Amino acid sequence: MGTITKVSRRDFLKVTGVAGTGLVLGFYMPVRRPGSAALAAEPLANSWLRISPDGEVTFWVHRPDMGQGARTVLPMILADELDIEWPRFERVFLPAVDPQVYGSQTAGGSTSVRTSWVPLRSAGATARAMLIGAAAETWEVDASACRASLGRVIHDASDRSLGYGELAEAAAALPVPDDPPFKDPADFRIIGKPIPRLDHPKRVMGDLTFGMDVKVPGMLFACVGRCPVFGGTVTGYDEAAARAVDGVRGIVEVPTGVAVLAESTWAAMKGCRALNPKFDYGEAADLSSAKIAEQFDEVQEADGFATRDDGDVEAALAGADQVIEAVYEVPYIAHSPLEPMNCTAHARDDRCEIWAPTQSPQWAHGAVAQTFGYAPQDVTLNIVFSGGGFGRRLVPDFVLEAVHVSKAANAPVKVVWTREDDMHHSYYRPVSRHIMSAGLDASGNLVAWKHRVVAHSIAATLQGGDLAGAAREATSGASDLPYAIPNCRVDYCMANTAVPVSYFRSVYNTQTAFANEAFLDEVATAAGKDPVEFRLAMLDDHPRHKGVLELAANNADWGEPLPAGRFRGVALHYCFRSWVAEVAEVSVENGVPRVHRVVAAVDCGIVVNPDDLAAQVEGGIVLGLTAALKGEITIEDGRVVQGNFHDYPLLQISEMPEIEVYAVPSTEDPTGIGEP
Amino acid sequence: MARFTLTVNGETHRNVDVDPDTPLLWVLRDTLGLTGTKFGCGIGQCRSCTVHIDGDAVPSCSIPVSSAEGREIKTIEGLSEGLSHPVQKAWIAEQVPQCGYCQPGQIMGAAALLAKNSHPSDAEIDEAMSPYLCRCGTYQRIRRAIHSAAQEV
Repeated sequence: MGTITKVSRRDFLKVTGVAGTGLVLGFYMPVRRPGSAALAAEPLANSWLRISPDGEVTFWVHRPDMGQGARTVLPMILADELDIEWPRFERVFLPAVDPQVYGSQTAGGSTSVRTSWVPLRSAGATARAMLIGAAAETWEVDASACRASLGRVIHDASDRSLGYGELAEAAAALPVPDDPPFKDPADFRIIGKPIPRLDHPKRVMGDLTFGMDVKVPGMLFACVGRCPVFGGTVTGYDEAAARAVDGVRGIVEVPTGVAVLAESTWAAMKGCRALNPKFDYGEAADLSSAKIAEQFDEVQEADGFATRDDGDVEAALAGADQVIEAVYEVPYIAHSPLEPMNCTAHARDDRCEIWAPTQSPQWAHGAVAQTFGYAPQDVTLNIVFSGGGFGRRLVPDFVLEAVHVSKAANAPVKVVWTREDDMHHSYYRPVSRHIMSAGLDASGNLVAWKHRVVAHSIAATLQGGDLAGAAREATSGASDLPYAIPNCRVDYCMANTAVPVSYFRSVYNTQTAFANEAFLDEVATAAGKDPVEFRLAMLDDHPRHKGVLELAANNADWGEPLPAGRFRGVALHYCFRSWVAEVAEVSVENGVPRVHRVVAAVDCGIVVNPDDLAAQVEGGIVLGLTAALKGEITIEDGRVVQGNFHDYPLLQISEMPEIEVYAVPSTEDPTGIGEP
Repeated sequence: MARFTLTVNGETHRNVDVDPDTPLLWVLRDTLGLTGTKFGCGIGQCRSCTVHIDGDAVPSCSIPVSSAEGREIKTIEGLSEGLSHPVQKAWIAEQVPQCGYCQPGQIMGAAALLAKNSHPSDAEIDEAMSPYLCRCGTYQRIRRAIHSAAQEV
């Protein structure tokens, strides 16, 4: 846990641009970037709380919000511990990015609540203790005789009270206490309540500024013509035709292709279509999904890198009464947030300002500074709202491209990607193959489990990681299978292709959870056992797994009769430190599975906002169903075949199951729910 | 370029000087500054760009500005004063949005549906709202919000 410090007025003004009157506390919320270790040197503060003399409470939230609700849920924790009314936050600021000040501000890995819980409570408790101390001094009474409640400090014995605003200046003069007491969770007034999201009125009025809506003075619009083949380059284009389009102001070459600068988005799009570029397709020109499958066939024959090897799985399989085998394959997937990639940049010789809908501000900030040779303090990155992320907005490719375009144009530019650009030039959820074997003894007990993951590695191709790291990442959710199986081997064969890959919500767990749980059902069927009972019998050492499985099964009426043609399936998984079990009711209509109802049970410790939790789980289920039932990204001639939602369909409202979400009551510190 | 006269949210904009084939979407967003209407696909496949034209829900990415002249255009900014439309109120009550990017389109679609059918069944909601895509997975709440707004319309 970081230290909490009083922030001098001058420093506060410097960082936030706001006058620091009243009580200002700076504190640090630890965070890390996916695929990297924690920051070597943690900055002193990356978040601030200010109580002004007129009682206004302001909180600087350092996390982007792409829909997950961090900008409501994090302030809830602080407000409860500080003990103010909700909503008492007059302003919740999203600061610009400065890694030297804020550390990482990544939204990913289900970290926002988990890593902020203690620092936020600590900050709230510290401010509360200082306000109580200030009141006690004012009244010349003992601090222990005073209490805080809803923005006031009260001295019951004399029936006196003062508002936080009235106490703020006096509190600021007091030393910062070392270990202020936290509230008893029984006294929480805000945490645990389905508090409405602060930003929703603006969302519902169409008044929230997403990246796509950014407008800066003198800004040009740009679209980029890129080579459709991965690794290919643009070698020529029809400049005259593009320039002939009304509203086109210029054409510049950038590393990713040719950018058409224009007075409007439409002119940029039209100009880009008129470019009719020529390409050097490069080495991946004949890559296809079929070729990738052949590559997998070959790679899977090599020795796998084991991430788990309990007992002797080969001997156990050889001696098993019954052996079950299956292969599961999952395709590349594009995240396809409804807001296509875009970024606004104004690159000057000596400094650069960026407005980016990014999930990983520091990554983007650092990449811009490094690529263009700016000193870090000369790069200002303003985080704007994202129309969905799901992992796509972690890689800063779209930010770097915008800076390139702005630099070449010598003007502020908003680069807008079409849907086709977004689908053709994404960083995809990796394709993977899961080769599974299981052995049952004569009583139908699972005695052997072998899971070989063959997959394109994110760690190795995006982060330069080694095979061990790649194996750990690609078998996450597989190597930590919770079931008590005496002989269990999980290993990994790396099969990288020219297709760029990145993190998709829950990363490799979308693949491993599917393979584990689908196969386990086949094994339970072979053993003649009920899938829930079969799992529960192997979970004696995992009470939290058991807890969610039982909660889901009970609420889903597991074992009760269903109408003809309807079936139930169950799955259980642990990832990103949270536990989830789901029971789905499914039928098959015209050969296509239709999911009617999903009952989800989660254990993520204390639930800060049950409505936001439900929304996140609903979203995870819809993303999972879409991945399982709808579009896939396939490759032909080195490029993505699909281009828009007609050939890469998303789940529609008519296909939406009824979803019920239950949380296991818990007093454990909260984890997260964005990923699982 | 050509000059058009557009009526948007009750206000008349004369001499809107744009390319005649410009989709209404980009005129609203880039020329008139009404960025509540969102770009998602450009081919009428996601409906994030839905506006009302003479009361009908229309994907504004797929209608050229030349076809919008002389017609009543309503965008999310003009749906109500201060969130007073029953659909917007229901959207807040049910906490529908996640990222919110598709929601202006969803709301305009739902408002047009309820204007024609004050008590739609689930099947009628499916039929009317299926073209409206949401990647965050808010469909269950959209359905609930349409039913609850129907009580007020």
